[in-house]
Amino acid sequence: MSVFVGKDTRLIVQGLTGRQATFHTKIAMEYGTNVVAGVSPGHSGETVMGIPVFDTVADAKNATGANASVIYVPARFAADSIMEAIESDLDIVVCITEHIPVLDMVKVRAFMKAHPKTRLLGPNCPGILTVGEARLGLLPTYIHKKGHVGVISRSGTLTYEATYQLTLAGIGQTTAVGLGGDPVKGMDFIEALTAFNEDDDTYAIIMIGEIGGTAEEEAAEWIKANMKKPVIGFISGRQAPPGKRMGHAGAIISGGKGTADDKIKALCAAGIEVADTVAHIGETAVRVLKKAGIYEKCHTAE
Amino acid sequence: MKIHEYQAKQLMKWYGIPIPKGQPAFSPEEAARVAKDLGAAVTVVKAQIYAGGRGKAGGVKLAHNIDEVKYFASQILGKKLVTHQTGPEGKMVNRLLIEEGSDIEKEYYLGITIDRDSAEVILMGSAEGGMEIETVAAEAPEKIFMERVNPAVGLQPFQAKRLTCRMGFPGNARGKVQTLMMNLYTLFVEKDCSLAEINPLVLTKGNDIIALDAKLNFDDSALFRHPEVEALRDESEEDPKERAAAKASLSYVNLGGDVACMVNGAGLAMATVDIIKFYGGEPANFLDVGGDSTVEKIAEAIRIMQSDDQVRSVFVNIFGGINKCDVIAGGIVEAAKLVGLKVPVVARLDGTNVEAGKKILREAALPKVHLVGKMEDGAKLAVELAAQAKEAV
Repeated sequence: MSVFVGKDTRLIVQGLTGRQATFHTKIAMEYGTNVVAGVSPGHSGETVMGIPVFDTVADAKNATGANASVIYVPARFAADSIMEAIESDLDIVVCITEHIPVLDMVKVRAFMKAHPKTRLLGPNCPGILTVGEARLGLLPTYIHKKGHVGVISRSGTLTYEATYQLTLAGIGQTTAVGLGGDPVKGMDFIEALTAFNEDDDTYAIIMIGEIGGTAEEEAAEWIKANMKKPVIGFISGRQAPPGKRMGHAGAIISGGKGTADDKIKALCAAGIEVADTVAHIGETAVRVLKKAGIYEKCHTAE
Repeated sequence: MKIHEYQAKQLMKWYGIPIPKGQPAFSPEEAARVAKDLGAAVTVVKAQIYAGGRGKAGGVKLAHNIDEVKYFASQILGKKLVTHQTGPEGKMVNRLLIEEGSDIEKEYYLGITIDRDSAEVILMGSAEGGMEIETVAAEAPEKIFMERVNPAVGLQPFQAKRLTCRMGFPGNARGKVQTLMMNLYTLFVEKDCSLAEINPLVLTKGNDIIALDAKLNFDDSALFRHPEVEALRDESEEDPKERAAAKASLSYVNLGGDVACMVNGAGLAMATVDIIKFYGGEPANFLDVGGDSTVEKIAEAIRIMQSDDQVRSVFVNIFGGINKCDVIAGGIVEAAKLVGLKVPVVARLDGTNVEAGKKILREAALPKVHLVGKMEDGAKLAVELAAQAKEAV
């Protein structure tokens, strides 16, 4: 089992003819991802690494029965590509592109309301990887190990860092989900936590947040009310100078919340153990798993 | 991206928003000339810097004749203004806005921004104008009224009407305020703003509505479609190190301490700043080298960090994903050749091509470079080396 993507994923790559897309699609295929189509307008009829290319997402879906898409399209066209994928009612759309204008994403979110079936991950995210089954995006494959811990993070490199610390400690993973760092985006912590909570193969979850917004605080409330499994937390940005990242009007809406201290307090209040530094995420996980009596089940040394 | 008040007002005027008559000035003589042309009973002399709190810091003066305008202009220009938003080092004032004084009946607040969670544009209004809106939000949030905009249809007149009524404008001024709100929303969307603020929005004794102050911030990601906004950039207002970093596609924020760090990825970069502080050090900066580093880019990053005289050690913390450790190591060696390493560099490398990277550093055998295996050890060592250097001074 896994969350969001796995053996049954039939993947479209939007922007497949681009350099970054080709590079990462090759790694994804070597990892076992079932890539069924590429979309690059004006390139229909061509093939890239044996993958048929279509002009539109609708054509690609009709011809191949695809149910997922990953988008590597330049920022000025990316919101349009996201809406095209959402309109085809795929199960999941993952957008890697960074620097998409915020107001473009505001339109995307409004558009999504008419297509509730599709989940959006990103933009500006490292993607998602289900260990040994599918890789959509940029996550390095060698840092993973099959197991029973789910990873959710707003940051790319912190996803890798946390995952690798787990692997080195002998703790394997089910799926790693990189939510992305943009202010207006698709999937948030609660959507990913819900999926891991329902996944029988996942026994515990690592959740990595950062300053800005109130998604971590809301996730903490949700965990307190619904979560059946241990959660280990980490928040980056304790030393961030206020106002450098978010304009003060943004802070008005969130009621002055959004600092690292607020988030850590909210997580602790929900009974979540929070690693004190980025170097201690793996150790903290081991300690929590032992306390919960599931360390042996999660330790998947081969 | 930020722009000056006078530039924001010119943009607002273009969108039909009433502003006081005025012109920018770069010298006391020019200020006097502008004031003479205005011919107002009271002339306002306003320092133009990218920071709020100018009034309290002495950056806004009321002049009653041309000599006073000239005097205040010479007092403010070329001096550093220290406000609660500039930090203790202050900001140099190079430009003034000279405008006619307004006959104020009452001050209001109007702002537009994007709510990240609901993904909506939001209008915010309050009758508590002229003061810090953060203070109002913290002490009396019920005094701030909001309207959420559906992006498919934009701001609707009934919403502007409702907000105008809630803010408590007198009946005969409401039509003008509604028009102003519709125009400000159009500006916000057409120019890809991240923040538009009029504080205070003034009702005059003559029952006119005027944007007495104006602030516009823009979405950096959307500047590609707004060359006319990009053209307003005032580079002298930006930190020189942050500007050099931006030119090299590095994300850099000066934090003022003595332990510098160079990291890949924003999340890990923030966490690295945190771990330096955790082990008792004072972080000098936040620096994210991004995902596709070259040897030249890494060398430039090291040059920028070292250009800060305060820096006593550098912590390189890399988890190679898209980045390759051998490229990072090559950059350190290159920087040593090009600019020399002035302070000790502690390097922790993990991820893609890690062995090749370590090999490059070992073979270069640079006396200032310390290679460590674990992030924790690296942070501790960088803090310790900075402390030793401090004692040696």
